[in-house]
Amino acid sequence: MSQPLLSVQNLSTFFHTEAGLARAVDGVSFDVNAGETLGIVGESGCGKSVTALSILRLIQQPGRIEAGSRIEFEGKDLVTLDDAAMRDIRGNRISMIFQEPMSALNPVFTVGDQVAEVARVHGKGSRRDAWNRAVEMLTLTGIPSPEERAKQYPHQLSGGMRQRVLIAMALMMTPALIIADEPTTALDVTIQAQILDLLKGLQTKLGTSILMITHDLGVIAETTSRVLVMYGGEIVEEADVQVLFASAHHPYTEGLMHAMPQITDSRERLNVIPGTVPPPTAWPSGCRFRDRCPYAWEKCEKEHPPLYQIDQGHTSRCHLAVEPDRRAHPHVPLVEQVGATL
Amino acid sequence: MISDTPLPRVDWIATQRKWLGSDRSAAFATVLLLAIALPCLLAPVFAPYDPSAQPDIIGLRSIAPSLLHPFGTDQSSRDILSRVIYGGRLSLTVAIVATLVSVTIGTVYGAVAGFLDGVGGTLLQRILDALLSIPRLLLLIAIFAAWNNAPLPVFILALGLTGWYGLARLVRGQVLALKAQDFVQSARALGATRSRILTRHILPNVVSQVVVAATLGIGHVIVLEAGLSYLGIGVHPPDASWGNIIQEGSDQIAAHWWISFFPGIAIVLTVMAFNVIGDALLRALQPRKSVIE
Repeated sequence: MSQPLLSVQNLSTFFHTEAGLARAVDGVSFDVNAGETLGIVGESGCGKSVTALSILRLIQQPGRIEAGSRIEFEGKDLVTLDDAAMRDIRGNRISMIFQEPMSALNPVFTVGDQVAEVARVHGKGSRRDAWNRAVEMLTLTGIPSPEERAKQYPHQLSGGMRQRVLIAMALMMTPALIIADEPTTALDVTIQAQILDLLKGLQTKLGTSILMITHDLGVIAETTSRVLVMYGGEIVEEADVQVLFASAHHPYTEGLMHAMPQITDSRERLNVIPGTVPPPTAWPSGCRFRDRCPYAWEKCEKEHPPLYQIDQGHTSRCHLAVEPDRRAHPHVPLVEQVGATL
Repeated sequence: MISDTPLPRVDWIATQRKWLGSDRSAAFATVLLLAIALPCLLAPVFAPYDPSAQPDIIGLRSIAPSLLHPFGTDQSSRDILSRVIYGGRLSLTVAIVATLVSVTIGTVYGAVAGFLDGVGGTLLQRILDALLSIPRLLLLIAIFAAWNNAPLPVFILALGLTGWYGLARLVRGQVLALKAQDFVQSARALGATRSRILTRHILPNVVSQVVVAATLGIGHVIVLEAGLSYLGIGVHPPDASWGNIIQEGSDQIAAHWWISFFPGIAIVLTVMAFNVIGDALLRALQPRKSVIE
């Protein structure tokens, strides 16, 4: 395969807080190829949003991208780029769609102004050109009567329309990569489906790569071709989307699949993964998932699992890769036992 | 995450219609202010006499209000109505220009102090704390005790330069809150520079508070100017200002009450009008509060 569009190598973003060092993203590596949609899933606090913000260098104090991290994009290392060059990339070559369309728009300007601002920030063309392009982008995102809508303020638009405005902003400069950080969480399912269809359609039309960040496996199945599963600031499994849904290897991915509501399922309660993500200041020794894992044994406590190769293009950070027989003997995870005695 | 409640958008026309239409006291205050300010700003048209002319220092000396002299005359036979009108022009000008100076400095300082992270922002805030601890009136008295007969522009500048601390603190607080909003982050993600984010994304959201503070500030400066002129520092005779007309009549208030009375009324009504308008603007710009009322 040719050179990847974005290559993240050993990305570590740590927050130096008073409560200690929070290793929010800890040695993450992945590639995004041109025209591809890569998904990142994981529950809250697993580091997926911090990964996205790190790529755009939007991490604020006390967070820091640690030395040794490399983010290669179009031949440049974004970690060491100076601020002016970074601004030139943001919104221009890489753009971002935020998850809350209510608060990602400035309430005192019309949406057309704000979409047009992208072009004006990047110094392309006149005010008139920028406005026309903004209207064109709003049309592309399927907003009805875009010319009138462009003159309205965010509070006059519905949540779905505001999300379309954010997508229009992201598309303004025809970026090579769009990072979509939970673009549909604030929307109801019908609008969600429309927005996802829209993103897919635009991607095939414009050939943009998308990094889709979500906690919703439905969104992953719908939009992506390859998936990273993150847990505890690390990638725990990487696979093509069909492979992941057909034969997930990592116990955490397995747990996520079981926790999905099934349309055929008649049980009343959903399956859950016991416990919560430990705070990033105190990852457990060995495997970070071990105290919530139904298969964990001594080795998981002593040895931090590497990413094992399971198959072509399928890796998993679990010792089960070398001792597959242990999967046959699940037990009650540690956290559930502790919870019962409390 | 961050609150998804959008900030109230400032629609000036709707705002004006709202408080002029539904707020009787604000409508009344606006009419009152216009009735006072318009003649003052067009003083040469409205004043019946030259404010400094002393037509008959014996015959027209200290006469009570009459048809010819509605507000009476002073001990030098000058017409009080004309002096109040010209004095108003000066007092209002001083107040408005001084407030413009302080609002400009306060907004810029507060915005920068709130926007800068780390040592810079903290340092600016500490300087502000120090300035806030100096009593404004005493500082002004000290300045003009040292600089006798300071020219008028210096006086205006001094009023402006000592009046911006409160607003700076208000703006800083607003900017701190706005800085954490998602739309500021998304502007950064679009590649906007810091100065662009500050001027285009943060300041427009602070404008309403600044306008309210400015309106209330004008009323405050009118009183301050009158007080200083009364004390004999500030606007010097023969220039008339509301404060120094009151001062000229103060030693004969029992015998010739009208000399101090009319400029006093002018100050009270003007300041009251500014305060009522300021409060009404505040109410109109905070929609959630006004729903409760």
